[in-house]
Amino acid sequence: MIAIQRSYAVEKNDFTKAGEVSSNIKKIMKQVGVEPEIIRRVSVAAYESEMNIIIHSYGGTIDFMITPEYIKLVACDRGPGIENIELAMKKGYSTAPQNVREMGFGAGMGLPNIKRCSDEFIIESEYKSHTKLVLVFKQSM
Amino acid sequence: MKLSVVKELLNAEVLTGHEQLDRNVTNAYAADLMSDVLSSLDDKTILLTGLTNTHAVRTAEMMDIHSIVFVRGKSPDEETLKMAETNGIVTMKTDMILFVASGILYNEGLRGAVIVR
Ligand SMILES: Nc1ncnc2c1ncn2[C@@H]1O[C@H](COP(=O)(O)OP(=O)(O)OP(=O)(O)O)[C@@H](O)[C@H]1O
Ligand SMILES: [Mg+2]
Repeated sequence: MIAIQRSYAVEKNDFTKAGEVSSNIKKIMKQVGVEPEIIRRVSVAAYESEMNIIIHSYGGTIDFMITPEYIKLVACDRGPGIENIELAMKKGYSTAPQNVREMGFGAGMGLPNIKRCSDEFIIESEYKSHTKLVLVFKQSM
Repeated sequence: MKLSVVKELLNAEVLTGHEQLDRNVTNAYAADLMSDVLSSLDDKTILLTGLTNTHAVRTAEMMDIHSIVFVRGKSPDEETLKMAETNGIVTMKTDMILFVASGILYNEGLRGAVIVR
C-alpha cells in the first residue's frame, strides 16, 4: 500500500456539507482495502471530529494520512478552544445549543467516542486560541 | 428479520432501496441524537429515528448501517433521500411513534444494538 495524504478545510456552521470530508476519507480507505473494522472506527472518529469543528469552532482543517502501518487523523481549528478539557471529555457533557440539538447533535458523546475509536488519542486545546486532535489507528498488515 | 417483514410490521412506506428488502437485521437502535448511535458497536443494525435530515443518513453511512426507519410520519427531504440512495441505504417511513415501532419490533424478536459502556 502506498502512502496517501489529504488535507481538507472544514468551515464553521456549514451544515450542508457536513460529513463530506468523512465520507471522502471512508471512500479512500475502502479503495485501498483497509480492514472494515478499522474503516468503521476511523470513519466514526473523522465524522465526530468534523462535526465538532463545524458546530463548536470558528473553522479548521482535517488532515488524513494512510501508511501501511497506521492511519492518522489531525483535526485542528482556529478556536475558541476548550476551557475545561476534562469536562468536555465526559460522556454527556455538551454545550450544543437547542437548534443544534434539533439537528441531532449534542449528545455529548463525540469526544469520548473519538477516544474509544482510536489507538492513540491526543487532545490539545488552548482557551481562546485553538483545539487540536491527533488520532492514530494502527493497521495490522 | 428481513426488512420486508419490518415494513409489514410497521405498516411502513419504503422510500429508497426497494430492491434490497431481503436484507436481514438482528439488532436495532432507536435515537434522535446521532452521537449516541455512533457509539453503537455492531453492524446488521437498523436505525429507528425521528431525525430526518442528512445527519441521520451520514451516521448510517459511517457505521455501515444499511437501513433506517423514520418514525412519527416524518418525511426526509430530497437531498437526504438522494444521499441514502447513493449509499445503498434502505429507508422507510412509518406513522408510528418511536416507542410503538420499537416495541413491535422487539416483540417480534429484534434486540437492542450492542453499545459501548
Ligand atoms: N473543536 C472544538 N472547539 C471548541 N469546543 C469544542 C470542540 N470540540 C468539542 N468542544 C466542546 O466539548 C463539548 C463536548 O464535545 P463532544 O463532541 O463530546 O459533544 P458534543 O459535540 O456537544 O455532542 P455530540 O458530539 O454528542 O453531538 C462540546 O459541547 C463543546 O463544548
Ligand atoms: Mg461532538
